[in-house]
Amino acid sequence: MTLYGLAVAPLVEFGFMRRALVGCLALAFGCGPIGTFLVIRRMSLMGDALSHAVLPGAAIGFILGGFSLPVISLGGVAAGLLVALLSGLVTRLTPLREDASFAAFYLISLALGVLLMSTRGSNVDVLHLLFGSILAIDDPALIFIGAVASLSLMTLAVIYRPLVVECFDPGFLRTVGGGGGAVHAIFLTLIVLNLVAGFQALGTLMAVGLMMLPAAAARFWVRELWALNAASSALALASAFLGLLLSYYLDLPSGPAIILVAGVAYFVSVLVGSRGSLRALYLQRRGRES
Amino acid sequence: MTDAADSVVALRNISLGYDGRLVISHLSGDFVRGSLTAIVGPNGAGKSTLLKGIVGLLRPSEGIIDRARLRGGTIAYLPQLPDIDRSFPISVIDTVLLGHWRQIGWAGAATRRSSELARRALAAVGLEGFERWQIEALSAGQFQRVLFARLILQDAELILLDEPFHAVDWRTSEELLSLVAGWQQEGRTVAAVLHDLDQVRAYFPQTLLIARECVAWGLTQEVLVPQNLRRARNLSGTWSAAVQGFGVIPVPDLIEPSR
Repeated sequence: MTLYGLAVAPLVEFGFMRRALVGCLALAFGCGPIGTFLVIRRMSLMGDALSHAVLPGAAIGFILGGFSLPVISLGGVAAGLLVALLSGLVTRLTPLREDASFAAFYLISLALGVLLMSTRGSNVDVLHLLFGSILAIDDPALIFIGAVASLSLMTLAVIYRPLVVECFDPGFLRTVGGGGGAVHAIFLTLIVLNLVAGFQALGTLMAVGLMMLPAAAARFWVRELWALNAASSALALASAFLGLLLSYYLDLPSGPAIILVAGVAYFVSVLVGSRGSLRALYLQRRGRES
Repeated sequence: MTDAADSVVALRNISLGYDGRLVISHLSGDFVRGSLTAIVGPNGAGKSTLLKGIVGLLRPSEGIIDRARLRGGTIAYLPQLPDIDRSFPISVIDTVLLGHWRQIGWAGAATRRSSELARRALAAVGLEGFERWQIEALSAGQFQRVLFARLILQDAELILLDEPFHAVDWRTSEELLSLVAGWQQEGRTVAAVLHDLDQVRAYFPQTLLIARECVAWGLTQEVLVPQNLRRARNLSGTWSAAVQGFGVIPVPDLIEPSR
């Protein structure tokens, strides 16, 4: 069988594969830059925390509306934003650091979410929410993912400069009145929206993987910010494509397959990337010794 | 103390602190237009706290900080350990251009004039030709020069520096000091927190000596006298070694790696 046959035939043959790929394309566009900013802001665990925070909202949405995408999404967004807001308040009003207060809230959210699911749904439903099913993405879900990706890219274009300065030198932005607080809030909102868009496809726990792994891997290849954004999106897309094919041929669940491919890309980057990878460090040391 | 009519920032009986813990109490005085003031005092005397208050990052729990006479001018502030991520992927020229934030803002483009001014500012701090460098490639001294170039671009009426030379070598601090002296000649008002009393005596006509309260504020040779320094020490209890001998703090002579 030719490579063309291997890579393209399933897409030509099956509508659900095409939809899955388009959904991943849209997700990759939004998640790439957002993951990059999470990495360079040293907020990597924040994405993880928010992905758990989405769960109880989605669960309540599920209990109220069944498998109705708008209700579940709305619940997820509301819960994510609520956790972001509450932990922001705790950070501001008490000496607890931001990462600790986020951790506290997401653990509570996760427990609450699983509890809510188990009162109503079956185990299959819980698994569906936790790990998604990209092969079952329907048209409304696709439109939702596309809308979130578009909104994310447009918003990032507007807040790009203050967001960069907020990451680089927040103290300076404060003294020149640059609106750092507003930018931070908008950015958190974008994270939540993208996680909710992603969880339909990949599940709440896996969605953050498409955000973080490509962004973390990109740092081992390129230096400048625009290149990091582009490389993250490209890696996310490539991982999604390969992961989809793997799940199709080997009959694996698609979410974990996609994230594992991204994980392999990450390990390869750590080992042989061009900047700061183990290979680069080894060559550097050998160059110094000779 | 000084003529209030010339004051750029007037402190009227201000108290400053964090979470109800008072750091400075009942400080009054004026930063006179065009003055060059050193702020000295023991560790924990409230020097950095005072600068934060003047910039507006900290509200006085008591009293008034009157900035009304800034005549629409702005304040530029260089914190002691700016929470800057020095591995951040940003170029030297872009960092300097941030000094034009008020003109450029969220979405404005840097004009050719801005870029020209940024290049000139870099030349003024001795970093000509470094425009396209990434900041992660700079030494601590070079990075401090970049921050000074950004201060130049901010074109502020009042410039506040918090221990601007603490991590740089002798040559860098001498060059940056003459830059600071030049700002005064341009009519700007400058206040800097410093530790090296010799530096203060050589470059700063005015000195504010604080130890949680004002010990003395005026001409440097009248402020930095033994009885004032002793009083400051007694007020805080933790004077640094240098002031106990009324001498210089031995500044570690960092050698910048040659490039």
